[in-house]
Amino acid sequence: MRRHVILRVLLYVILIALAMIYLLPVYLMLLTGFKPFNQVDLKTMWDLPTTGLYIQNFIAGFNQLSPNLMNSLTMVIPEAILSSLLGSINGYLLSKWKFRGSDLVFSLVLFGMFIPYQSILIPLVKFMFTIKLYGDIPGLVFVHIIYGIPITTLIFRNYYAGIGTEVLEAGRIDGASLTGLYRWIIFPLSAPSFAVVIIWQFTQAWNEFLFAAVLTNQSHWPVTVALNNLAGSQLVQWNVLMAATLLAALPTLLVYLFLGRYFLRGLMAGALKG
Amino acid sequence: MMSKKLSFSLFSLLLVAVMILSACGTAATPVPATKAASSQVEIFSWWVGPGEADGLAAMIKIFDAKYPQYTIVNAAVAGGAGTNAKAVLATRLQAGDPPDSWQAHAGQETIANYVTAGQVKPLDDFYNSTGFASVLPKTLIPLISKDGHPYSVPVNIHRSNVMWYNPKVLSAAGVTIPTGGFASWTDFFAACDKIKAAGKTCLSLGPEGFTAMHLFENVMIGTIGADKWTGLWTTPPTTDWTGADVQAGIANYAQVLTYTNSDASTLSDWQPASKMVADGDAAFNIMGDWAYGYFANAAPNGLALTPHTDFDWTPTPGTQGIFVFLSDSFVLPVGNKNPDGTMAWLTVAASKEGQEAFNPLKGSICARTDCDPSKFSEYSQDAMKDWTSETVVGSLTHGVVAAPAWQTKIDTALKLFLTDTSKTADFQTALAAACKSDGTCK
Amino acid sequence: MRHKFQLNLPQLILAVAIIVLGFSTMYTLTKTQLTVFGNDFTSIGLLISGLIFYVGILIIVAMYQDETVLSIAILIPSLVAVAIFVYGFILWSLRVSLSAWQGLRPDYTFVGLKQYIELFSNDLRFNIDIRNTVMFTVLFILACLVLGLGLAILLEQRPKGENIFRGIFLFPMSISFIASGVVWGWLMNPATGARLTGINLIFHFLHLDFLIGKWFTTAMPWGMAYTVIPAVWQLSGFTMALYLGGIRSIPEEVREAARVDGASEFQIYRYIIMPMLQPVTLSAVIILGHMSLKIFDLIVALGKGDIRLDVPGIYMWTTTFSGNNYAQGAAIGMLMLISVAVLVVPYLIQNMRSETKL
Repeated sequence: MRRHVILRVLLYVILIALAMIYLLPVYLMLLTGFKPFNQVDLKTMWDLPTTGLYIQNFIAGFNQLSPNLMNSLTMVIPEAILSSLLGSINGYLLSKWKFRGSDLVFSLVLFGMFIPYQSILIPLVKFMFTIKLYGDIPGLVFVHIIYGIPITTLIFRNYYAGIGTEVLEAGRIDGASLTGLYRWIIFPLSAPSFAVVIIWQFTQAWNEFLFAAVLTNQSHWPVTVALNNLAGSQLVQWNVLMAATLLAALPTLLVYLFLGRYFLRGLMAGALKG
Repeated sequence: MMSKKLSFSLFSLLLVAVMILSACGTAATPVPATKAASSQVEIFSWWVGPGEADGLAAMIKIFDAKYPQYTIVNAAVAGGAGTNAKAVLATRLQAGDPPDSWQAHAGQETIANYVTAGQVKPLDDFYNSTGFASVLPKTLIPLISKDGHPYSVPVNIHRSNVMWYNPKVLSAAGVTIPTGGFASWTDFFAACDKIKAAGKTCLSLGPEGFTAMHLFENVMIGTIGADKWTGLWTTPPTTDWTGADVQAGIANYAQVLTYTNSDASTLSDWQPASKMVADGDAAFNIMGDWAYGYFANAAPNGLALTPHTDFDWTPTPGTQGIFVFLSDSFVLPVGNKNPDGTMAWLTVAASKEGQEAFNPLKGSICARTDCDPSKFSEYSQDAMKDWTSETVVGSLTHGVVAAPAWQTKIDTALKLFLTDTSKTADFQTALAAACKSDGTCK
Repeated sequence: MRHKFQLNLPQLILAVAIIVLGFSTMYTLTKTQLTVFGNDFTSIGLLISGLIFYVGILIIVAMYQDETVLSIAILIPSLVAVAIFVYGFILWSLRVSLSAWQGLRPDYTFVGLKQYIELFSNDLRFNIDIRNTVMFTVLFILACLVLGLGLAILLEQRPKGENIFRGIFLFPMSISFIASGVVWGWLMNPATGARLTGINLIFHFLHLDFLIGKWFTTAMPWGMAYTVIPAVWQLSGFTMALYLGGIRSIPEEVREAARVDGASEFQIYRYIIMPMLQPVTLSAVIILGHMSLKIFDLIVALGKGDIRLDVPGIYMWTTTFSGNNYAQGAAIGMLMLISVAVLVVPYLIQNMRSETKL
């Protein structure tokens, strides 16, 4: 019994120590975010702000980012929802309705995850320009959905592979078709997997810079481009940058909090099992 | 299977939708696509930081007053010392959608990039009709022209060869700077030994991004002089890349690095290196004259220091009488949406009014020689005098003398050298190879 | 059931209606513009109406009662998209990598494998890149797997406040790589003496001075190893979540049965749970591996151009957009792609085989 108590205490000690280590950079970001510029220096990194909490950084950061906030939201929310739906359908078909060569098809689709995006920037921009989807948010949504196909299909396919065929058999006996099975059986069971995919796609698209900078015009820039402009120029205001970064991380944090329970349930149900 | 009732209702819904949509479709009058676009002038740059953004905003304000029929779209993208902006610009140029004008370093960066690719137009007519040619220094125009045609409108001039120092650190170590600056790097090293003995870093340096190359060009010019420096970049070079002059420059560079701070590569950018001088941790810092704003301006963007008391400046060793310049300029694109808007923008950028609004805020001096000195800081007034009287040579780091491909190869060679500063011979070989790859050397 | 066309009149009418709707919208949009709230949605409108048109076709295909055909038909839009946006563009990149394109004007003159040969034979910088990327990938994947599994096992003991701990470990993933690189650059600052700062200062404060180090400024090649730290900080939480999901999906009865048979907790982990986590490890390796081989933002923010920390992603970016050497940039990109394929394809093949066995 004593051994159990000691182990339990040890567990908490280790967890708390690890948590503190993981939170260290966040603490530093917060600390810097609350300092005025003249107190930001490598030498005084750990010093608390001497003149009280300088919240102007957060206000300035918010002002810099808020015009682009709407752009990011109108881009990421439709993108996450649509790409997860698409991945769900694809994953369902590739796992439950296998035809000759469907595994090969899946591998070819999966391969799309591996390309370095910098190397396809130019043909991408040229193509988007030709089909007149260049410069605005819908084009960016379109691109994210397409490049999200590989990983969303992967996650859903693995998830559905874990759902036994008995469930589907029962539905077939009742006379359900391919689409009927999806609508009445598979889709209702997919909530955990949707959580995993939506969280992943949301995070990826929200923090994505390259496509955002290259495919949208200035008036349609998402938050990442505005944030990057804070981070790189002749003179960087580190305090404002840190405050703005924390603000920019809030939406993803909210998504985690909201969908977090389902995220774990989704992973439990084998969404990302091989 | 869907029940009959369900499919029937869906079917009717769809019929209704079809009717509504076709109604809307025919009702929607064709919006003339170019109407909104032709009143916008899209200006592309990487000026987002304090100072530069303010300068740009001031120039835009003048533009708005003079050309109310146009609206400027300020599409500035920062990051990577301009590489992000360059990437965005390059992809747009490849796609055939150039902005109405963009910021480019005057000199080879513009010529080798955009002129060679046929993406910008010559500005002879503009120069003649506005009289711009007569207010630019004579030494500048050949550097921004190809085959005798100028291709950009310089708005500002920055100086590369400035050495900032902390007078208190110098006097505490017993170092005095000869009038006009150190005559040679050897003299400078002697001073450095005294500083080192007093326990301070002699020369503070920033990370490898561009500061290392900035120091390199200053060491080279200070060692071999203005003529030989210009001779390195002519076609073919009149100064031999494999010769003793370059060798001496590299030797000095290797030696100066021994007097720099060991944590240079971890500093976030050039500002912390300059701050070392402000804080009294280092004696000297070689940085372009945009550092003046950092030292002298009020918080939060500056350190609010007093010139001559808290900080001072002198030409980098061996470069008295030499003005190593870099210049930001705007171009006239081929095939942009609003050519008239571009000409309007270029007119403002070239005008006395525009440059007098832009430069004091950015901390640079006018490219024009006729700007009013009273609008500028004490340092800038000195710089303006030097600009018209000293020998003008171009900066390597900031795109004047070498094409981007060549400069990138030099950059790689330089960075490899920094990993082992004993390999001076390899460095020189790599520099010569870089010249060959550009096609300038045979 | 093959080729049995089952005509279903309401369905047919529905399909035709949808086809007409889609087609007429497409036609209208080619003639006029669609402006919503001042934004030009013509192209998106065309896309959507094209999809509506396709849905109508699908309904007709469904009437053939052949699920294979229907399945393929539904997959076709995704496959076409991937064919263009992935394979089409990669072929373009391949073509450029075999060309002599330097400068802003495209130049597709064929020069064979010249770029690749030069990268491997003459290019000191690329050699550094290869070494760095191998080191980074190996260390990153190992550290994430070990730490992720460790954290998952710890959290599996159901401590109080498990949700909070989980949130803390998962949070770093939501921060952009650029910010992470900047902050860890501050934390790992190697300055000594009066300018001691960052984690070194904490070590000093805790009287652990022997731990003070040069971090990522350590001499080549070991400095690169430290760049793994911010990446692990960000992705170990995700790996932990993967493993947690994997562990918790193992039915409790299996563990109970083992306990009844007299196995200790440790033995249960070692002989039952770990083997069942192999598929999770596979997924983790794929996701982590492809991220690490393409790593870019983080190293730029951390290293600020230091060539000792160079990776192919950075070299490709600099040579393409600063040096205008598009051919070389494309070649580096292709090599990056091949390296990911080499890492992942064997796993995939093994996975496919084991699946068909079942």
